[in-house]
Amino acid sequence: MKKLKTTFAATPKYLVLIFLSLLYLLPFYIIARNALMTQREVAQFDWLFWAKEPQWKNITTLLNDPIANMRVGLKNSTIVSIAQVIGRLIISSMAGYGLARIKYKWANRVFFFTLGALMVPSAAIFVQTFLVVSYLGWVNTLAGLVIPGMFDVFSVYIFRQFFLDFPKDLEDAAKVDGLSTFGTFFKIVIPNSKGVFISLGTLGLIRSWNSFLWPLVIGQTRDTWTVQVVLSTFLTAQTINLPALFMGAAIGILPIIVIFFFVQRYIVEGVKVSGLKG
Amino acid sequence: MKSKLTQAFNQRFFSSKSKKDGFEFWVFVGPLVLGLFIFVYIPIIWGFFLSFFEARNTVTPTKFVGLTNYIDLFGDTRFINSLETVIIFAVIIVPITFALSLGLALLVESLGANSGVFRTIFFIPTACSYVVASLIWKTSLFNGLPSGFANNILWVINEINPIAWIHTTDPPYYWLVLGTVRLWLQSGFYMIIFLAGLQEIPRTIYEASMVDGAKPGWQTFRHITFPMMRNTSISVLLLLFIEAFQAFDEFRNILATGGSSGTQILARPPLVYLYNVAFQDQNYARGAAGAFVIAALIMVVTVVQGRLFGFGKTEH
Repeated sequence: MKKLKTTFAATPKYLVLIFLSLLYLLPFYIIARNALMTQREVAQFDWLFWAKEPQWKNITTLLNDPIANMRVGLKNSTIVSIAQVIGRLIISSMAGYGLARIKYKWANRVFFFTLGALMVPSAAIFVQTFLVVSYLGWVNTLAGLVIPGMFDVFSVYIFRQFFLDFPKDLEDAAKVDGLSTFGTFFKIVIPNSKGVFISLGTLGLIRSWNSFLWPLVIGQTRDTWTVQVVLSTFLTAQTINLPALFMGAAIGILPIIVIFFFVQRYIVEGVKVSGLKG
Repeated sequence: MKSKLTQAFNQRFFSSKSKKDGFEFWVFVGPLVLGLFIFVYIPIIWGFFLSFFEARNTVTPTKFVGLTNYIDLFGDTRFINSLETVIIFAVIIVPITFALSLGLALLVESLGANSGVFRTIFFIPTACSYVVASLIWKTSLFNGLPSGFANNILWVINEINPIAWIHTTDPPYYWLVLGTVRLWLQSGFYMIIFLAGLQEIPRTIYEASMVDGAKPGWQTFRHITFPMMRNTSISVLLLLFIEAFQAFDEFRNILATGGSSGTQILARPPLVYLYNVAFQDQNYARGAAGAFVIAALIMVVTVVQGRLFGFGKTEH
């Protein structure tokens, strides 16, 4: 009897949850629906739940459309996000380890130097960053898209905190075995820190893949557009082929969604740590 | 005397420890320091210098103009409007996202072992980009044509005529469009942060309060859960605020019309204004001046907000 009563009490809660879930999933349904329709079906007055005949050829139409530029976008986004994430992980983990473990008289000063960079709202000073990147001749290059985003103080602090908690016995044992600091870091510390690398790596990958303002500013020529710039240009064009646009959106989010499902646990860990920022 | 000097000299330059550690330290931390120097500190210094010069179509200073760029900036109604826009936006979006994320976290947390599916559903939008979300909102969900999703729903419910969601200024329906995009993209992310905060609260506190006669529900939330999540709440508020002030993507993709020029725009937040000034008018000096004002504003409000809530007191 008690059980029955609590089940009834819980019903409104489940109704709310199911309603909210449908709302949160609605945009994904719309992407899939529109991506597989004909132009006529998308534009029709009565809402058609699903395409009468899924138009898989929309994929090839989109990829072969020279104006849409989707192939170039996919290639650039892949290169840029992977290179940026690898660079950021290497630089941040090494700096985090150095700040956590290597004694040096200037360590405190260097720490304050990084703290200063953390305080600056990075997106707000994009004009300033552009000045330097433009001076370096990196506008319309992949280097300009990748390199400025590799120096992330926040990741450094997460690594630093992680390495401060790392069991010192393991490192001491490695040193006794004759490993240098580099050897200890690459052979002992990194292999035992997979979780934090995957967390920060996937969160970074999502951020790089989805970023828009910086690629818009730096990738001004068609051969340096990323997926987000391709989709944005498509969206603001005079005439839009809606199914192709949605197919672009589908292809644009698919890699990230797949990664998301595989490593959700690690992403959740990464987000929890992000809450400490501020 | 001599031996003392030699000793000091040897210690300074040949002591295996300090020399080795210094070298190792810079190998590990050097790349970061160099990168921050080139991509954060030099830009700030350069931009500050440039903001007192004229620099059109070039990123190098041409003529010293004193405070002209700053005076022009505050004399430009588009800039003042952009500040108003972002304040309205932050006032709308920050509390709503905060409340929804917290609500989702409490709902999901209350499910205990069954929470997995719902947590995933609310969290997936985090993987989506602002560009893709803007695209869905603009061309389908809030499409002004009768074929748009929202217009379809309105028609089915009560044969309400199609609404031009994005271009109607009175009432300004575009705020609904802009607000819901960000809400959908962000709430799952902050729900996870709140969930982490909820799990930090020791169970024993709830048990003790039950013994003292507290009723589960609002009373427990008001007097235990919410106060215990003070630090989480403050950092979520700060993050939401900083992100709202740096809004760009959805404004650019939903409101910009007329090809890629994006000059006619209903609501223009500061970053869109800076983009227009620096990259469409090619006026880098005024762009740099504006960026300083925005960055300073964000930093000041962050510090004030932090002080106001006493953030950091418990942290150190």
